[in-house]
Amino acid sequence: MAEVTLKQITKKYENQAVIENLNLSVPDGSFTVLVGPSGCGKSTTLRMIAGLESITEGELQIGNEKVNHTPPGKRDVAMVFQNYALYPTMSVFDNIGFGLRNRGLSRVETKKQVEEIAEVVGLTDYLQRKPSHLSGGQRQRVALARAMVKKPKVFLMDEPLSNLDAKLRNQMRVELTSLHKQMGTTFIYVTHDQVEAMTMGDQIVVMNQGEIQQVASPIDLYSMPANLFVAQFIGSPPMNVVSMYNQPSCVIGFRPEKAAIDVFESLDTVAGKGLMLNGVLVSREILGSELLYYVETKDERVVVKGSTESIIEVGMNVRVSVDAKHLYFFDRATGTRIIGEKRKAMANSVIGGIA
Amino acid sequence: MQNEAVAKPEIEMLESAHAQAWPQQKPAWGRWETIRPYAYVTPALLFFALFFFYPIGYVMYLSFHDWSLLNLEAKEWVGFANFTELFQEQDFYQVVINTGLFTVLTVALGIGLAFLLALWLNRKAKIYGIIQGTIFSPHIISLVSVSMLWMWMMDPQYGLLNAVLEALGLPAYTWLSDTKSALLSLVLVSVWKVVGYNTIVFIAGLQSIPRDIYEAAELDRSSRIKTLYKITVPMLSPTIFFLLVINTISSFQVFDTIAIMTQGGPVSSTNMLVYYIYEQGMDFFNGGIASAASVILLGLVGLLTLVHFAFMSRRVHYR
Repeated sequence: MAEVTLKQITKKYENQAVIENLNLSVPDGSFTVLVGPSGCGKSTTLRMIAGLESITEGELQIGNEKVNHTPPGKRDVAMVFQNYALYPTMSVFDNIGFGLRNRGLSRVETKKQVEEIAEVVGLTDYLQRKPSHLSGGQRQRVALARAMVKKPKVFLMDEPLSNLDAKLRNQMRVELTSLHKQMGTTFIYVTHDQVEAMTMGDQIVVMNQGEIQQVASPIDLYSMPANLFVAQFIGSPPMNVVSMYNQPSCVIGFRPEKAAIDVFESLDTVAGKGLMLNGVLVSREILGSELLYYVETKDERVVVKGSTESIIEVGMNVRVSVDAKHLYFFDRATGTRIIGEKRKAMANSVIGGIA
Repeated sequence: MQNEAVAKPEIEMLESAHAQAWPQQKPAWGRWETIRPYAYVTPALLFFALFFFYPIGYVMYLSFHDWSLLNLEAKEWVGFANFTELFQEQDFYQVVINTGLFTVLTVALGIGLAFLLALWLNRKAKIYGIIQGTIFSPHIISLVSVSMLWMWMMDPQYGLLNAVLEALGLPAYTWLSDTKSALLSLVLVSVWKVVGYNTIVFIAGLQSIPRDIYEAAELDRSSRIKTLYKITVPMLSPTIFFLLVINTISSFQVFDTIAIMTQGGPVSSTNMLVYYIYEQGMDFFNGGIASAASVILLGLVGLLTLVHFAFMSRRVHYR
């Protein structure tokens, strides 16, 4: 067990920086998820921690020890790869035991440990098989077992579930989180899927273009996004963003599930305490328990989540209203969320008016 | 396995449906149905028969006769006499041993060296591409030109090789002029010719190994040597097998270099099967012996290929 600290880490490929001055602390025993769109540097960061990618500048510590130049095998980390990276020519047994043998464990001890771990992940009957004779889920388990058997200080996972079908992915998600609880080891997990990040992580690191946007717990990330990027990246469907006429320097955001939608019958201004938007319902998606309305206002298109109890027909004039406390304000230039007194002032200028 | 089990009932279903659609009330049609597949493959079979089975069969037929290219009509059935004569000939054993030795050395060196070169050249920088191209170039040059070139290089007095040895203060080497070194010199030429091709095939094989497997091995604390023989070599086994088979067959049939550089000499020390066959048939007008030796060559190459398949295919990993 160990904490992982990245201090002023910079990674350059041929003088082009993909990550610059990245600072991150992964607490001991946490399940930290690095999430972001493809090309945001999350995988590169993970690979630098593993030692598969060199660090151009900065300092990487695992358990208070600087490991910038320690070879991957000596960092006491284990990694699960996206494509599992099993050794195709070796049996499941040898795949799991290879690392142990390389650490100088005896044949007998290796056998004992491999069999133990195979029992845990349910591979006992498959130990003599080659990976090519296993299903995707079983290969995933071999990859996990190979990492677990080394009892590493830090567990690294690079999109390990992306090759599984949806059902198996949900199942593995649960298994991985319970595995984390059992082992109590530090997990660092990379994904581009915000649902995966939200459901599994206790600390989520949102990254974009090589920079950390926000580090927070899932619920804080959802309710208190640091900026527009995080606000729109986390949550499905993403947060709506609309302009404010009386405050051109900022934009307003609101979540589809926090807005109400009504058929717009009279021109009476309803005395409300929040944002009112008039528009036309252009399409809707029924998801079962709920449904999504796509509303076109004068300038923007917004999404509102509604219940299936009363369904509004497409083509109707509708009014979308959002309570003031569910409004987020962002600086238009920087994207930073506006908080405190300044937010209060903004909210007041919106209330009652039709933006 | 599973797929077959699933597929089978379907085929059976199709067959029974077929039987219903074509009840056996029209016997003429039924016969055509059985003949039809054979009719379709007949043209190809004829082609094979004419250009493959017939020549091979004819050589076998000729190997039981005493005949000469000068007068093909006057051939005489002699039974196994040609074979008995061959097996009593000391020279023929020498020829078979030479061929075997040449093949083993050429294949071992050609593949071993190519493997090392491939490990070295499997990199991105431009210079490695240039080297790859350079070592591949002998493969596209005619063997006759290659032989002429090396004959000059191996000339004891005016040759480049001895000049280099001399410049380095080393004694001159006999190359093609000594019974002990002539075969090795021919091996050198063959290896030089084949190594570039083998290297390119190996590089292609190396590049098809996913990089993350090596990364996993690194995290598993595998040393470089261990990664090489536990991961790289097993992953390359189909490539090694392929090269082994084609290199063995081509080495067994070496001819051009001998014909140009040594004519089998000195004292039969470089005489090998194909050249021996040529010599018997064309120089000594001994058609029967030449045919019998051809049959033996065919048998040997066939046997070797079978051995390769039997021993190697079990150990070869195909994805």
